[in-house]
Amino acid sequence: MIRRLSQTIAATALGALIFGSSASAVEIEYWQYYFAERVDAIDQLIEKFEAENPDITVKHTHFPYAQYRTKVAAAVPAGEGPDVMQFYYGWLPDYLKAGLVQPLSTTTFSPSAIEETFFPIVERMKVNDAYMGLPTAVRSLAMFYNKDLFKKAGLDPETPPATYADLVKAATAIAEHDDAGNLLVAGITATPVSQDAHWWREVLIRQFGGQPYSDDGTQVAYNTPEGAEALHAYTDMFMTHKATDYGFMNESQASFAAQRAGILIDGSFRIGAVQKMEGLDWGVAPLPSHDGITSNYASYWVNGISAAVEGEKLEAAEKFLAFLTTDESMQLWLDVVGELPAKPAVALTESNANDPIYGPFIAGLETAQTTSFVNESEQRKIWLDMIDRINIGGVSVEDSLAAAAEEEQKLLDSFYAE
Amino acid sequence: MLLRDNMTISQKRAATAWLFLLVPVIFFMVVRFWPTLQSAWISLTEGPLMGPREFVGIDNYTRMFADPEFWTVFINTFEYLAIGLPVSLFLSFVVAYFLDQVRLMHGFIRALYFVPYLTTAVAMAWVWRWFYEPVPIGLFNQILSTVGLPQQPFLRSMAQALPSVLAPAIWAGLGFQVIIFLAGLRAIPDTYYEAARIDGVGRWTILWEITLPLLKPTLLFLVVVSSIGFLRIFDQVYNMTVDGQGGPLNATRPLVLNIYNSAFVDYEMGYATAQTMVLFIVLLAITVAQLRLLRSK
Repeated sequence: MIRRLSQTIAATALGALIFGSSASAVEIEYWQYYFAERVDAIDQLIEKFEAENPDITVKHTHFPYAQYRTKVAAAVPAGEGPDVMQFYYGWLPDYLKAGLVQPLSTTTFSPSAIEETFFPIVERMKVNDAYMGLPTAVRSLAMFYNKDLFKKAGLDPETPPATYADLVKAATAIAEHDDAGNLLVAGITATPVSQDAHWWREVLIRQFGGQPYSDDGTQVAYNTPEGAEALHAYTDMFMTHKATDYGFMNESQASFAAQRAGILIDGSFRIGAVQKMEGLDWGVAPLPSHDGITSNYASYWVNGISAAVEGEKLEAAEKFLAFLTTDESMQLWLDVVGELPAKPAVALTESNANDPIYGPFIAGLETAQTTSFVNESEQRKIWLDMIDRINIGGVSVEDSLAAAAEEEQKLLDSFYAE
Repeated sequence: MLLRDNMTISQKRAATAWLFLLVPVIFFMVVRFWPTLQSAWISLTEGPLMGPREFVGIDNYTRMFADPEFWTVFINTFEYLAIGLPVSLFLSFVVAYFLDQVRLMHGFIRALYFVPYLTTAVAMAWVWRWFYEPVPIGLFNQILSTVGLPQQPFLRSMAQALPSVLAPAIWAGLGFQVIIFLAGLRAIPDTYYEAARIDGVGRWTILWEITLPLLKPTLLFLVVVSSIGFLRIFDQVYNMTVDGQGGPLNATRPLVLNIYNSAFVDYEMGYATAQTMVLFIVLLAITVAQLRLLRSK
C-alpha cells in the first residue's frame, strides 16, 4: 500500500517536472510610457498574443513620460529592464551610444521585406543593414478645431482655415481678452511642450521656401530669411497678432479640452483623447498650406529589443515584436489610439483614407518629412530656448534664430565627429 | 574564548563596541564610500552605459570648466543657497520664536507648519506651478488681477523664476526648521530669563543677549543641513520648469539637474560624475568649514 502510494507520488512529481519543462513558460517584459490609449491598446494586443502563444506571458509596465528615459537608462544596464520596449525614433542615436538596444534579427525581420511593406520613413531605424526597431504606427499632424468657438467668432465651422493667412484671420477672430488685456480664450494654442517645434521645422520652414537641415542632415539650414519668416509666422501669433499667449494654460491639449482654445495643431495620437473630451464639438482639417505648398511632419515610436536579451527570451521577444507589426495589430492601434498604421497597405485603405477624422492625417503622410535627430531632447531644448529668447528675452527673431542655429550646428558637429 | 579571558574590562568594552559598530561601518563603506570612489573613477572615463569604459584622464573636467552652461548652473546653485538660507532661517526663527510663546492650540499650529514638510515634493511643486500660471488658471495672478495689479510672469521671467521655484522649497522646509528651533528655544534654561526679568532687562536685549547666543548650536546645525539641502535642490526645479529643463534659458537650472541631464538624457556618465565630484567637494568644504565653526564655539 505504502509502496504504491510512494510510486504514485514519484510519478506525479516526475510528470510535473516533465510537463513543467516542456511547456517552458517564458515571461517577457514590455515597457512603454504612460498614455492612456496606448496602454489600453497594448493590453488588448497582449491578450490576443497570449491567446495565440500560451507558452509566453507578457508583463506590461508603463511609466510617466517624464521618467521613461531615465528608467530605461537605469534598468537596462542593471539587467532589470524590459525585453521589448518602445522608444521614440529620434532617440535611436542616444540609445545606440548608450548601448541599450540590439539589432533585430535579419532573418525574422528581413530589411528588404520591411522596405517593401512599411512607409519609407522607417528607414531611419536601419543601422548597418539591420533594423533597430519597428513601429506599429506612425503619426502625422493636422489641425483640430472647436466648432462652437468658430461659430461664436462668426466663422463658418464647416470651412476651417485652408491657408496660413486664413489661419491668422481665424485665430485672431476667436481670441478673447478681458479689459486688462489678459487672454481668456486663445485663437490657436502655443505651448512649449507640444508639436509646435515640428510644425515650424518641417512645415512652416518648407512652406516659406526654406529647409530645416541639409539633405544629409549634417548641416543646419534654417538660419536664412526664409527660416526667419517661418519663425515669424509662429511667434507673430503671440507677439504681434495676440491670437494666443505662449504657454497659455500650460498644455495645448488642456486649453483645447477646456474650450479655451479654438485651434490645436497636434498629432494623430491625440485623436483618442480628443474623442473623450466631453461637450466638445470638434473637427479635423489638414494643416493650412502657404504659397501653395503643403508639408507635414511624420514621426513614430518603435518597438525594439533591449541589449542583453538572449536565448528563449529573445525568441519570445521577437515573436511578440513580429505580432505587434501585423496588419491586425496596426488596425487595432488605429482604432484605439488613433495613430496611423505603419504600412501603406493598412493605412491607405478606402475607409481609412475617407474617414473624416483619420483622413486629414493620412493625407498628411504623403508630404510628410521626418526630422533626423541626433539628440532629440537637446534639440528640443534649443527650440525652447529660441522661443524664450524672443518671448521673454526681448531678442529679435533673426538674432534668436541665428543663436539657435549656431548651437544646434555645434551639436550636429560633435555627433558626426564621433 | 582564551583571548577574551586575557582582555581587561576596558578592552572588552572596546571590542564589544567595535563589534556593534562594524555593521554600520561596513554598511557605510559599501553604500556610501564605495560609490563615491567609483564616481571619482567614472569621472575619468568615457563610454556607453553598458560595456567597457575608456580612461580619458581629466578630459571631462576640462570640458566642464570650459562650458559656460556649467558656470551658469554653478552660479544658480549658489543663488539658491544665498537666497534660500537666510530667508528660510529668518522665517522659521520668527515663527518658532512666537510659536514658543503661544499656549493656545500650540500643538495644532505647530502641526500646521510641519505638514508641508511631509508632503511629496513632486505634488507640491505641481500645485505651486499652477499657482504661478497666468489667468484664468493661476491663483496668484488671479489675486493680483482682482486687486487691480498687473499680472506677473513668475516662472516665465528670467528675474522671477529662480525665487519662484525657491519659494515652495523654503515653504516646505519651514516646518522642519521651526521644530528644531523650538527644541533649541525650549532647551534654554528658564533661570536665565528669570534672572534677566528680575534685573529689568527689555525684550530685545533678552533676544540679543540670551536667546540668540544660546541658540548658536541649533542655528549652526540648521545652517549645515539647510545649506546642503539648497545646494542639492532638484525636485522643485525639475517639476516646475518646462520639460524639466530648468528654464527659462537656464535661469533656474541647478547643478544637480545638469548632472541628471548629463547622465540620463545625454547618457554621458563620465561628464555627469565629473560634475558630481565638483558638487561633492563643494558640499564637503562647506560642511567642514561650518563644523569647524561649531567646534570653536
